Amino acid sequence: MSKFKKQNKTVPQISTASLPDVVFMLLFFFMTVTSMRETEFKIKEPILPNAKSVKKVEDKNLVSTIYIGKSVNEGTSGDLIQLNDKIAQVSDVRSFIMLNRVGKNDDDISRMSTVFKADKGTKLGTVADIKKELREIDALKIAYAASQTRKDQ
Amino acid sequence: MSRRSAPEINAGSMADIAFLLLIFFLVATTMDIDTVISRRLPQKTDKINKPDEEFHARNVFEININRNNQMLIEKKEYVQLENLKVKVLEFLDNGGGTGSNNVGNCTYCQGGPDKTVSSEMSDHPNKAIISLRTDRGTSYEMFVAVHDVLGQAYTELRNREAQRLYRVSYEDLIDQKFNDKDNVELDEKIKKIKDLFPEIISEVEPASN
Repeated sequence: MSKFKKQNKTVPQISTASLPDVVFMLLFFFMTVTSMRETEFKIKEPILPNAKSVKKVEDKNLVSTIYIGKSVNEGTSGDLIQLNDKIAQVSDVRSFIMLNRVGKNDDDISRMSTVFKADKGTKLGTVADIKKELREIDALKIAYAASQTRKDQ
Repeated sequence: MSRRSAPEINAGSMADIAFLLLIFFLVATTMDIDTVISRRLPQKTDKINKPDEEFHARNVFEININRNNQMLIEKKEYVQLENLKVKVLEFLDNGGGTGSNNVGNCTYCQGGPDKTVSSEMSDHPNKAIISLRTDRGTSYEMFVAVHDVLGQAYTELRNREAQRLYRVSYEDLIDQKFNDKDNVELDEKIKKIKDLFPEIISEVEPASN
């Protein structure tokens, strides 16, 4: 019966030596697949329209984003434009694009595009005013941001 | 001189540091990739020379959207969004005559339903212009929806041609290109397909209300 003698052993401690490795792996994973959150919204966060025939943005460094949405204060009507993290006017669009062009070579400038991130309820008048400004400074590549709906829908 | 070995550094807090960094990145970054519909604006008006050839009415597909988001096509017919694609496809794929740049007749066009060729629709896909006229009061949602339908129509036709020429869909070509940016062969294929059905969308500045 000595074989079944009650063993009085404590559970061995789990080694945590590999924990940093695991966590670092996770860290590197997130560092590579994510990108920095761009701006804080001063306007109500725009709800993008849905579309199927969308493309992915190729190079985020060559994109200037213009946000259009409603004011955070309920009751105020009309569309607001946000550039970087400030609420701006249509006339500020030129200097915004020009600033983004600084330090880029001609080849990059010709590939730069302007993305509209506008709320569904935005009136086209606002967008048209901005497009007019963009034409004035030859920023002809534009894109309308939309959230992708599934192909089979 | 006593030879002492350097004391081992305690790595117990390494995990804590890594966790802290991990949490920082989780909070400060986003994972979503932006998806967009890209278009090109026309040049400034004083830069455009007078067009060499006048656009024949049959080669222009006119879409009007009013401030109540109702759509009128070719100045005569109200359509709903879901019926627009068929109309656009018919218009683009008509192939009723010769194209510009001496490309001759459209040999790959399939015409309307029953393979008929209409005398009211485009001569050749490279002449076919879609003109989009909106109002300042039109909603952005409607505008993007129409652009989406136009994009879908072009993609469908390009898919067909890519299937015919390369046995692969146009969308797959684009996907491959996204993952393999320096592939010249893919570039050529995509360009060829794009030339068969070039996207010519002209936006008329919105009328003021």
